[in-house]
Amino acid sequence: MHETEEFIPYIVNPREDTGLYNAKFGIWLFLASEVMLFGSLFSAYILLRVGSFTWPVQSELQDIRIGALNSVILLTSSIFFIRAWVALKADDIAKYKKFMYLVILCAFSFLFFKGVEYHNHFSHGEFPKTSVYLGLYFLMTGLHALHIIGGILVNIYYAGPGMYLRAQNKQWFINRVEVAGLYWHFVDLVWIFLFSTLYLL
Amino acid sequence: MSSAHDSAHHDSSHHHTSHSDSSHHHQSFWSKYVFSTDHKIIGIQYLFMSLFFLFFGFCLMLLMRWQIAYPGHPLPIIGKMFGANSMPGGVMLPEFYNQLGAMHGTIMVFLGVVPLGFAVFGNYLIPLQIGAKDMAFPRLNMFSYWSFLVGGLLMLSSFFLPGGPASNGWTSYSPLSDISHDGQTIWLFSMAIIIISSLLSSLNFITTIFNLRAPGMTFERLPFFIWAQLITAFLLLLAFPPLEGAAFLQLCDRLLGTSFFLPSGLFVNGHLYNVSGGGNALLWQHLFWFLGHPEVYVIILPALGIVTEIIACNTRKNISGFSMMRWSIIFLGFLSFVVWSHHTYLTGMGTNITAFFQTTTMIISIPSVIIISALFITLWGGSIRFNVPMLFALAFLPMFGFGGLTGLPLGLAATDIPLHDTYYVIGHFHYVVAPGVVLGLFAGIYYWFPKATGRKMNEVLGHLHFWPTLITMNLVFFPMLIQGLMGLNRRMYDGGATYTFAHDILYWNVVISWAAWFMAAAQLFFIFNFFYSMFNGEKVHSDNPWHSATLEWATPTPPPHGNFAKPITVYREPYSYSLEGAPKDYSPQDQKEI
Repeated sequence: MHETEEFIPYIVNPREDTGLYNAKFGIWLFLASEVMLFGSLFSAYILLRVGSFTWPVQSELQDIRIGALNSVILLTSSIFFIRAWVALKADDIAKYKKFMYLVILCAFSFLFFKGVEYHNHFSHGEFPKTSVYLGLYFLMTGLHALHIIGGILVNIYYAGPGMYLRAQNKQWFINRVEVAGLYWHFVDLVWIFLFSTLYLL
Repeated sequence: MSSAHDSAHHDSSHHHTSHSDSSHHHQSFWSKYVFSTDHKIIGIQYLFMSLFFLFFGFCLMLLMRWQIAYPGHPLPIIGKMFGANSMPGGVMLPEFYNQLGAMHGTIMVFLGVVPLGFAVFGNYLIPLQIGAKDMAFPRLNMFSYWSFLVGGLLMLSSFFLPGGPASNGWTSYSPLSDISHDGQTIWLFSMAIIIISSLLSSLNFITTIFNLRAPGMTFERLPFFIWAQLITAFLLLLAFPPLEGAAFLQLCDRLLGTSFFLPSGLFVNGHLYNVSGGGNALLWQHLFWFLGHPEVYVIILPALGIVTEIIACNTRKNISGFSMMRWSIIFLGFLSFVVWSHHTYLTGMGTNITAFFQTTTMIISIPSVIIISALFITLWGGSIRFNVPMLFALAFLPMFGFGGLTGLPLGLAATDIPLHDTYYVIGHFHYVVAPGVVLGLFAGIYYWFPKATGRKMNEVLGHLHFWPTLITMNLVFFPMLIQGLMGLNRRMYDGGATYTFAHDILYWNVVISWAAWFMAAAQLFFIFNFFYSMFNGEKVHSDNPWHSATLEWATPTPPPHGNFAKPITVYREPYSYSLEGAPKDYSPQDQKEI
């Protein structure tokens, strides 16, 4: 009710001295905290790997082709997201929706391939408790998958039921989609680090 | 940063105060007081809950003090109220003692002192002091409060588990925590929820401070309290997630059978523990203290901010070295991320790493000393008003200073290793937190009470609260330093009775316990005063009863939804007291002519 530009300034337009509107400021701070969250797990990975007597050859446990395919899928989804946002700014709603649906499709196919990988692991008797490496693998990719699911929910909302917000204030809606996009790019970036660390190294 | 002054001006045309006045009239009780998005209501909700948790956590310690002073004796009357799982026949079981210890630490730190300093005062005062109508994200703010409440109640609910709550100390070291009973699982879930809550609060506070400052409120004109909250919020934002990561790892160890913190060949109760092994127990300590040390400053900084506001107002002077205090607190914030391993000297990290952390630990004492010195120097030549908030603020300075000084031996490995895990450590950090920070937080409650309620708290009851509290706090914590120097271990269920070397100092246990119980009695004056004054206290006849220069006093009393009656523009520094040529001894920040 009182979340309006008169009551709380800089919801829609950026403040001049900070150069950011509120939500963009907030999402950058949130992403900073996410860096620390995943950073703690990457640090744990480094410490445990350096301190262990044996470490499996990671590429033998993982199907690098699926991992690489998933990397490509997520990177493509990021490009789609940018195109969706550009279309939204140009008032081309049909195009915006088309690219948002593509983003969501990419996200679901990422989860599908991730599920295939998990299934393969389980059927080979590889569980989190099997070794420290597999524990870290399941925890870190699982946490990342939760972030993907969160992103899917937000993207579906802005591609469909949330569109009514656009009727209230176009620029505000563009801001919301931009913030969702920043989060989505971050989730992609985390995957690139996960893929390099857990599959390739 | 100084461009904020010019740029923010043209935005003031957006403000329509009439909108805010009309919007709060037709709100139901539930949306106004319970599911509120108003930062002031949320602050007050946090206040009630954190004071409750603070008192609850204190009571746990009062129970433990009986067992320490009179080990094995049945606790009269109250002891009968507990079941056979905890105190059969009124005699405390060792398991119950451990649970009380762990929950005392957890509740006091994460549910009591941090929410009281950060969430209560931050929520209530940040928008008021920077001239904003609310937080940047009001609904997120409500979510923060409710997740805090859920996390806190979940923590309390673990008392009703068959095995009782977590019992591994507030630090929950692995591998003990990996293999202990279910209370630890609840501890981890509830910590994860509390972490999310404070994470969202902190990004809300930072965004608010950067983006919602009133026109003319440059960073140089922000009160020190806002600086303290800003640095605190950054510490919470960046230091809490690693503990969340650690909590996930420990949850996996407990629920999925992983062994992140469990080394190979671990024996439990004489049997080889059936896990894959290969983990590292020290990993938990590093992840925990990576949060744990910034957490110390999360506890301290809000109290420092509160005390600074009260001292400036009640000495009628500008703070001496105000800009140096700002730079000190920024430096302190950065440095607090690289001192955590002074908690783990005993783990044998190697001399190079130890030398690094000793050095950073010694360096971090410099900004703290600058801040405390600046506050002491401010007193010089001031016309001091000795009201109750000022008494608490004045007591904060030497008590906090003493807490800091007793920490120096713990920052150096050579002296820390013999003192590690003794009562000396307890005495040291309680001097920082209890006679230090808690006195500062009480000062804040007495000081801003008139703004929130329109009534002052009773002065006589305030004195009856202050003096006994100050004296008994010292009687509780100073003997602990002596006991610790004599080598008394901090976690002994019988208070050291079975150890011959401790017999000469055991009489202190009785002194400390009685002092703690008297301290509890003194808090009753506060509790009575708090509720009595809310309805029957002396009414204040002005919106600015302390004649303060900062913006929160430019609001109506109590501040309505939307806070300010007219658009605010800031013209000067926060502590504009006794300016030359001014008609009064204070010049409010929002007043154009001095």
